[in-house]
Amino acid sequence: MSEPLVVIEGVNKHFGDLHVLKDINLSIDKGEVVILIGPSGSGKSTLCRTINRLETFESGSITIDGKTLPDEGKELANLRADVGMVFQSFNLFAHKTILENVTLGPIKVRKTPKAEAEKKAMELLGRVGVAHQAEKYPAQLSGGQQQRVAIARSLAMNPKVMLFDEPTSALDPEMVQEVLDVMVGLAKDGMTMIVVTHEMGFARKAADNVVFLADGEIVETNTPSEFFSNPTSARAKDFLSKILTH
Amino acid sequence: MADILARYDFLGAFWLTIQLSFWSALGALVIGTVVAILRVSPVPVLRLLGTAYVNTFRNTPLTLLMVFSILGASYVLGLEISDNVTTNIFYWAIIVLSVYHAAFVCEALRSGVNTIPAGQAEAARSIGLTFSQSLTEVLLPQAFRGAIAPLGSTLIALIKNSTVAAVIGAAEAAGLMAVIIENETGSVLVFFLFAVGFVILTLPVGILFTSLSRRLAVKR
Ligand SMILES: Nc1ncnc2c1ncn2[C@@H]1O[C@H](COP(=O)(O)OP(=O)(O)OP(=O)(O)O)[C@@H](O)[C@H]1O
Ligand SMILES: [Mg+2]
Repeated sequence: MSEPLVVIEGVNKHFGDLHVLKDINLSIDKGEVVILIGPSGSGKSTLCRTINRLETFESGSITIDGKTLPDEGKELANLRADVGMVFQSFNLFAHKTILENVTLGPIKVRKTPKAEAEKKAMELLGRVGVAHQAEKYPAQLSGGQQQRVAIARSLAMNPKVMLFDEPTSALDPEMVQEVLDVMVGLAKDGMTMIVVTHEMGFARKAADNVVFLADGEIVETNTPSEFFSNPTSARAKDFLSKILTH
Repeated sequence: MADILARYDFLGAFWLTIQLSFWSALGALVIGTVVAILRVSPVPVLRLLGTAYVNTFRNTPLTLLMVFSILGASYVLGLEISDNVTTNIFYWAIIVLSVYHAAFVCEALRSGVNTIPAGQAEAARSIGLTFSQSLTEVLLPQAFRGAIAPLGSTLIALIKNSTVAAVIGAAEAAGLMAVIIENETGSVLVFFLFAVGFVILTLPVGILFTSLSRRLAVKR
């Protein structure tokens, strides 16, 4: 079981004078589901984005399945194809249909024949429950549907690991569950996932570990049940008391 | 009036205007797209090159460029494209109009790029598209759709600006008008006729681009 897939070692990053990631060390095994949690501005999104190099970093290293992240160019593109990313604001390609959104990567990056890519895409859209919307454009779908399409778009690349940056926080409350259900399904199927979320229900149900970040540092790593009921650090206690009271 | 029109090739002159405009629009679109790509590229030197292009050609009077193409480039530097004087003028007029309006096409496209949320490019990169694939599959199609209205304005400006080719002796509409007004009486009417000719050319362009920009707008 214990087979490290994503290994982050001594990563430091600044935005100007702001030290956003301070000596981050984190190893995520194949099939592991990790929740990143922490106050606003603690660097959760930045950490997520450095893992597929949407952000650069100054020192340290990140390897995915043993391969170090290359700097730029074709090789980086190939590596990114193995890392799925689901954004808070969905970011579906606005000028393409739902089906085209899901087939673009497989056709252009994986060189999958169109018919085959479309067949697989329809399966994935069925799996996330939006197959009947395949010919529509993103703006015609609800937020929850768009986010499920975004998950299907990532899955179509057969990623080794998937990153989720607050996938439900832009959604109307009644749509949160439909997206979380899809994510729980993925976790159960053995997908390696790194998820930034404050959804405790999801964390308890699907996560193996919770990583608590504050001011760019990993303050505490724990199992979900331990973290939410018995946090060890004072900052985690303080943070949880704030998110639990509302 | 009728005999003036019979003695001069009114339609032929407008046909030349159309040809000049058509080829120049095509040239401007191609060059303008390339310059726009330079301006959004991740390489600083290329960006600088793109910016320099736009600033140079947007701020140089078209008449100056046109005169330079014949007096400077053709006669002094010997860069004649054709031995035939008329053909040489025609080609140079197309080049100058293309190069000049490419700066405006570039800026129109850039305004189109600015309508695209940053997340679109990030999503493109995160599924493993290379920079050029992100451009051709995601950014440029959306940029063109977001730039249709300003591109239409640029095309209308280009059609009217093609009259500047008269200064180097292109026998397009404005060139012919100058000849007729010099040789004949009733110049106000002649002027009016040519003005109407241009409105007939540009009005449909405006209507077409307005409807296109509405129909092809990317819904967000
Ligand atoms: N592109 C940027 N340029 C400058 N500073 C940035 C940039 N992106 C993020 N920051 C800063 O870096 C810090 C960490 O930001 P980050 O978005 O990673 O936090 P977060 O934990 O995801 O917060 P939130 O819960 O609000 O999403 C913040 O102080 C933020 O203001
Ligand atoms: Mg964030």
